[in-house]
Amino acid sequence: MLNLPKIEKRSSGAQLFMQTIIGRASPRLIGLYREKSWLIFDVLFPMLSVIGYVLIYQAIGAPADYIGFVVVGGAMTAFWMNILWSMSSQLYWEKETGNLPLYISSPAPMMGILLGMALGGMVATLIRAAAVVILGSLLFHVTYTIQNGLMLAVVFILSMIALYGLGMMTASAFLLFGREAWHIANLAQEPVFLVSGFYFPLKFLPFWVSAAASLIPLTLGLDAMRQLVFTSGATLGFLNVNLEAIILAVLSVGFIVGAKLLLGYTERLAIREGRITENRR
Amino acid sequence: MNESLRSTSSSKDFFAVFRRSLKTATWLGWKIESNWTDPFLFAVYSIIKPLAGAAIIVVMYSVIAQGNYNTPYFAYLYFGNAFYQYVSSVMTGVSWAIVDDREHYKTLKYMYVAPIQIPAYLLGRGVARILIGTVSVVITILAGILFLHVPFQIANVNWLLFIVTLVLGIIVLVMMGLILAGVTLMLARHSDFVGDAVSSAMFLFTGAIFPLTSLPVFLRPIGYALPITYWLELIRRSLIGTVVDAFPTFSAFTNLQLLGILVAFTVVLGVISNSIFKSCEHRAKEQGLIDRVTNY
Repeated sequence: MLNLPKIEKRSSGAQLFMQTIIGRASPRLIGLYREKSWLIFDVLFPMLSVIGYVLIYQAIGAPADYIGFVVVGGAMTAFWMNILWSMSSQLYWEKETGNLPLYISSPAPMMGILLGMALGGMVATLIRAAAVVILGSLLFHVTYTIQNGLMLAVVFILSMIALYGLGMMTASAFLLFGREAWHIANLAQEPVFLVSGFYFPLKFLPFWVSAAASLIPLTLGLDAMRQLVFTSGATLGFLNVNLEAIILAVLSVGFIVGAKLLLGYTERLAIREGRITENRR
Repeated sequence: MNESLRSTSSSKDFFAVFRRSLKTATWLGWKIESNWTDPFLFAVYSIIKPLAGAAIIVVMYSVIAQGNYNTPYFAYLYFGNAFYQYVSSVMTGVSWAIVDDREHYKTLKYMYVAPIQIPAYLLGRGVARILIGTVSVVITILAGILFLHVPFQIANVNWLLFIVTLVLGIIVLVMMGLILAGVTLMLARHSDFVGDAVSSAMFLFTGAIFPLTSLPVFLRPIGYALPITYWLELIRRSLIGTVVDAFPTFSAFTNLQLLGILVAFTVVLGVISNSIFKSCEHRAKEQGLIDRVTNY
């Protein structure tokens, strides 16, 4: 008989939940130090798109603030890509690589795993996005006029909570998809960059397009941040910043509750239909 | 069997295997690209993505130019961006087959023991991307002509130049894809980014969305050293010849001279791409990388 060491301390409840969050977040943070190549792939290559869009604006003689809009928008794409490929698709990848049954059969709560993924991804992506902003600002001499630092922090934090709440919710939804998951994540890039106004002020899109796109938290978050850090931002804003902050707060609560409900539904469905370990290539 | 007969037979075998590998891989590539959903959704997927990419640039331009699309720069930008879709689609498509077969389907080792030619197989996998890329380019151009009134006169198109340039460009892209496939074979990490990374980098240096003269002087030689720069210039000259006159980057060159440069690039790439791929493949075999699954 196999002699396994005796488990001396069993965690449960809030302690287990916290340990799960830390446990799932840590690989994403440790990876930043162990695998330095992200500096090239996650900073340098996104910078190429930013440079391309900036040069277009420069070629058509756009005002200086538009260069800043592209730099900030380009940095925020890192968060959207993280949501698509490291949150929404993550449980699908875990199923593909065989980790998902281990997660589910372990005592760790799935909500804790999703929160850990979100927290680790958020911090890692924040560093990448900051690098893009710093590099882009230095390269193109972008000037920022921060009008309300506290509001800026509030809007950013609300955007992140709502965005990663959306990521947690879609992680469960993507688990239900088969081979479609990769294609759906792939499809949700350029169209979202377009309707969310990553590279131009949202105000220039038709109102109902912008209103519908506001379900994606980065749409309003980016619009509010631009209003708070650029001189011409307020005149080019879609909605009032306070209203945008309220909508982001509502989205945050809605997406996190939605994530909890959808995760429960997915688990029940998967157990009932025996699809939790199904691997359809 | 005498020497000359053996040689004929072996070259016949070579072409037969090449043709069979290419044909089967093309069919397989198309199935992989398209059968994950129903045809209607696949069509929507194939249309929305390129149109959204083009629309970002259109809105950016429109915001500043206040909707005046009838300028040489807009035509330059629109056509360059539309045809650049081939670059990411074809080049990435060929190299992506390595990632897909090794990491995802875990079938690359079986491909290597099967009686096929791997370069032909990779080219075949790229054909599906060429078809999808063609649909994307056509839809983007049509949208520009119909809705944005991009200056384009079908009567002024130099069809011979266009078709020759397009074919040469696709051959160049396939060859570049083969080189990337070789590099991908040897990479453990970020291999899925290689195609996108290279096409993003070249987007800046090939005059796709702004003339090379907009780049700092020290960066321009990179653009002159890339075949895609000449390919895009020739595509524009063949489709919207008069518009290109507004941009002096290649005004000293005739169409024939530019075509000569593109042909030279095609020949050189044709020779070196297979050698580079074979060299990478040899190294990958020596190091046991053919069936390596990293889950990275």
